[in-house]
Amino acid sequence: MVNPIRTIARRVIETARALRHNRAQVCRQTAAGRKGQSLIELDTVAHSYSGGELFNEVSLRLAPGSFHFLTGPSGSGKTTFLKLCYGALVPTSGVVRIFDEDVRQMSRDDIAMARRRVGVVHQDCQFLDHLSLRENLALPLTVSGHEALDDDANLRELMVWVGLTARADAMPPELSGGERQRAALARALIMSPDVILADEPTGNVDWEMSQRLLTLLIELNRMGKTIMIATHDLGLIRAAKNHVQARVLRISGRRLQLAGADL
Amino acid sequence: MSALRSVIDFAIGDAQAEKAVPPTGFTVRLTVFSAAAMAFLVVFALALSLAAGRLADRWGDELARSATVRISAPVEQMAAQTEAALNVLSTTEGVENARALSIDEQRDLLAPWFGSELPLDALPLPQMIEVIETAQGFDGDGLRLRLSGEVPGAVLDNHASWRVPLVSAAGSLRMLGWISIILIALATGAMITLAANAALAANAQVIAVMRLVGARDSYIAQAFMRRFTLRALTGAAVGTVLGGVALLFLPSASEEGGFLTGLGLQGGHWLLLLLIPILAAAVAFLATRLAARNTLRSLT
Ligand SMILES: Nc1ncnc2c1ncn2[C@@H]1O[C@H](COP(=O)(O)OP(=O)(O)OP(=O)(O)O)[C@@H](O)[C@H]1O
Ligand SMILES: [Mg+2]
Repeated sequence: MVNPIRTIARRVIETARALRHNRAQVCRQTAAGRKGQSLIELDTVAHSYSGGELFNEVSLRLAPGSFHFLTGPSGSGKTTFLKLCYGALVPTSGVVRIFDEDVRQMSRDDIAMARRRVGVVHQDCQFLDHLSLRENLALPLTVSGHEALDDDANLRELMVWVGLTARADAMPPELSGGERQRAALARALIMSPDVILADEPTGNVDWEMSQRLLTLLIELNRMGKTIMIATHDLGLIRAAKNHVQARVLRISGRRLQLAGADL
Repeated sequence: MSALRSVIDFAIGDAQAEKAVPPTGFTVRLTVFSAAAMAFLVVFALALSLAAGRLADRWGDELARSATVRISAPVEQMAAQTEAALNVLSTTEGVENARALSIDEQRDLLAPWFGSELPLDALPLPQMIEVIETAQGFDGDGLRLRLSGEVPGAVLDNHASWRVPLVSAAGSLRMLGWISIILIALATGAMITLAANAALAANAQVIAVMRLVGARDSYIAQAFMRRFTLRALTGAAVGTVLGGVALLFLPSASEEGGFLTGLGLQGGHWLLLLLIPILAAAVAFLATRLAARNTLRSLT
């Protein structure tokens, strides 16, 4: 049986790949050439805000093609952990490597280039309120120097796929919470990134939509994308475990633990 | 050539980048207005400097190289003393040429005061000798000493006593004009820095989102720099045109009016006005770049 989501996802990836920036392409090829290495690596990392230490001695390697869930109570530091993974925060101690580069050694431009290869679904979505939804989805392409994308087939397909075609010209403040989350996911995918970090991507959508988004992420993973999803939603994790070999990590007691069979 | 290319690219800009940063509203309008006002002031400071410069050069040049020896003597000694003075002058280093004025020339000099019908022959007028210096000039005190020894009735007037303060006043005026221009440029830079900082602060959220999706600092800074540079260019162009028109309506230079009527621009100096908008644009470019760099550095 032909899986329609798989077909669409593959096409999305192919067209997005064709659009990608030369340098990003070169980077990707070199990354592929070093298979077996980690895309993102945390080595005995600790992080604290002024309020106190969130976690310490955290080590993790995101191998290419791996699928991780990150869970833990609210306020345990899931978002903080993801921010460390895409260079928005520098760890208080320990080393974070993104594509084999130590975040502390990376210039601001290096960070920007790395972010083009890491698709992030932010918990609070983060759109530009003065641009239409379509323009917001195309923003990663725009800022990396691609031409105007108004009629881009790839963009259109992504929008069909997250069910937002009818809202293409809406401004972000007019969108519902679920629409914003779907849009955030579409924006994270537009550059066809190697790694996808999603912070509560299904927090505001109904069960059916959350299953659809999950299926998409699983399909992307089958095509070789590395995925990490932070979520409270244990139902989502259980649903995923039937389809994909996912590791479930939990932040608990300031440590990162592998969650057991209770899931 | 490639520099020109990049200037053109910068001016045309990236429509998408321009769109990503929302309109910055009043800060932009303030920039246009202040650039216009500043350019208007620069036009006058420039005209003042150039006019003062012209004056200083003219007084310096015309007068620096001429001096007068005046001989007052009894009529029967006049010819002999004149002869002696000319002799002294011809052997003085730094004197290019010395010449006794004829009676007609002396009459012409006095005509403005006494009319041209003056019977000069009947008056015990002093004899004037016009001295032209070489470029190096002569030693006034030395010459005065020699003259007092050999020509008792001779008085040397090398114009320095009244020329020097005038030339130095014109020089100060010129300096003041240039200082004003520099101060106006700095004030423009400060003003645009404030406006750019306000615009950047108002757009902190937008900048953060752009960074999150992989925008480089230069890309974000460019959008702001382009906006402020073009507004400063436009404002300064308007201000310069208005200042230039105002200069045109000043009375033109004339002998009688002296300094005040010579304030306009002359000839090729009009072309200098073209530099004012370019300078304003350059100041805006640098000020915005600095402001953007500082703001961006504080974001992840
Ligand atoms: N910029 C900051 N400065 C200081 N404290 C912060 C900052 N960001 C987060 N924190 C604190 O760090 C802790 C962890 O925050 P974080 O957002 O990582 O939690 P989370 O696990 O993602 O929570 P949730 O499940 O509610 O999204 C919280 O107590 C939060 O208040
Ligand atoms: Mg969170």
